[in-house]
Order: sequence, then structure tokens, then C-alpha cells
Amino acid sequence: MRWIWIDRFLELQSGVQARAVKNVTMAEEHLHDHYPGFPVMPGSLMLEGMAQTGGILLGEKNQFKHIVILAKVPNITFHSEVVPGDQVIYTAKLVDARDEGGTVECTATVGERLVAEAEIMFAHLDQSDPTFGAIDQKNFVFSMNLMSVMDVGRV
Amino acid sequence: MPMTQDDILTKVRTTLCDALGVDEDEVTLESTLVGDLGAESIDFLDIVFRLEKNFSLKIPRGELFPESLASADSGFVKDGKVTTEGIAELRKRMPHADVDKLAADPRVQNIQELFTVGMIVKFLQNKLAKSAAA
Repeated sequence: MRWIWIDRFLELQSGVQARAVKNVTMAEEHLHDHYPGFPVMPGSLMLEGMAQTGGILLGEKNQFKHIVILAKVPNITFHSEVVPGDQVIYTAKLVDARDEGGTVECTATVGERLVAEAEIMFAHLDQSDPTFGAIDQKNFVFSMNLMSVMDVGRV
Repeated sequence: MPMTQDDILTKVRTTLCDALGVDEDEVTLESTLVGDLGAESIDFLDIVFRLEKNFSLKIPRGELFPESLASADSGFVKDGKVTTEGIAELRKRMPHADVDKLAADPRVQNIQELFTVGMIVKFLQNKLAKSAAA
């Protein structure tokens, strides 16, 4: 499985806001276990989708010079459920960006319905950092694989 | 009118409640960030971000919370204790902290007790006084 929890970017206003779409389908294995007979998209994966949208927004502001790591989620609230067939739109707004990292405010909506909102903080890690080698690749918000969502649908 | 210590504490309290998810009554001048309020390393960065925003200040990296003071190669730690040079360095780099208390019992694990709510308030008082004078 590829750890890509957004399907496509809809909008990227550099340094301001990004929007991405995620279509939920019964082809996703975990929905058969979460829960049997009652498929609901796990909140943790919505958070991941918001982090990927917000992480690319922050990374792009610095021309992807830094490795962006999800550092902390100071706030997250889930308002309702997402089920197969739903189209989730993640909107991330950059509220703080600096050398050490940055913060985004995100929402997840299905149509007019607000599903979740979160504040997510990222830290930057540079390859020169002595702790660089110790970091698990999975912590990275973007890799070249994830970046492909920005090109989906482009010729 | 300059902010009083109480004004600053009120804003610091809000900042810490947002950053650490603690209740307002848990945040007193004496509370330690790690021991009492459960802060982890990444929270220090978050706290600095929020203080800058809430107080409209710039806090250069390492000024409020100096980094790598207790690392093995800092030369300031020997046999699990902060050396005399280490204490002197802390006094220089953290004039806002109660280094006397650490000097009395310089075990490495006591370094984190320097990081109290009162230390942040004192740091901001100094910082705000400086920017008002400038």
C-alpha cells in the first residue's frame, strides 16, 4: 500500500492555502475491518490527509528545501463520519511559517458538511542535522511519491 | 502602559493552555513545564511560536530555551552533574532562570526544573522592557 491519503491537489496558493480531494471507496481494505458491516473512514487517516495537504503547503513555501515532519497536533475535533462514496475536501491554511517549522489550520468537509478540523504543527529537519539518520522515513510528510498528487490530471 | 507581571502571566497561561492542553489553574509561576505540565521536547518549539504571536515579539532560537546544554559533548556535564563552567554558562545564557537552585544541587536531571512558568514570565518582562527602551 502507498501511504498517500490525498488523491489530487485542487488548489495551491503559495504560502497561503491548499486544497486537496480524497475519494473514499470500498476498495480500501481497512474499511472492511473498520468496522465490519459498518465502514467508516478512520479519523487518523483524515488527520494524515490534512497533514499531507498542509505539509506540502508548508514545504512548497520553502521550495521543498526542508524535510517537513509532523511534530504535533495541538487540536483536532471530529464532527461527523465519512463513509465510502464520500468525497472529502481538505483545506489547509498556513498560519505560521519560519525556519524551524510551521503551523497549519485544516478542515475536512464533505459537501457543505464539516467533518473534522485540526491545528497541525510541523518541524523542519535538514539533511545536515545530526539526528537526520535516526528518523523513520514514514514520518516525512512528503516524499517524491506523495508529490505525484500535485500532477494528477495534468498532461 | 507597560505590562505588569500579572498581565504577562495571564497571557502566558493562555499560551500554555493552548500548547499543552492543561487547565488554567495548573499554571502557576512555580509550575515546571516538563514535570508539572507534561511538556515534551517538541512543545518547547510550539510554546516559542505561540509566545511570539501572542506578544508580537521575535524570540531567536535558543534564547528562551537553550539547546544542547546537557549533551555529552557540551563539556558542561561530568559524572551526571553540571560542572562549575556549566553553571557559569547557564547564568550567562539564561539570566531569566533561577540558576542558584540548580547550583545548589547540580544533578543533570535538575536542569529541566529551570524551565518554569516564572522563568518564561521573567524572560518576557526583560524582553518587553528592552523593546520598549529601544
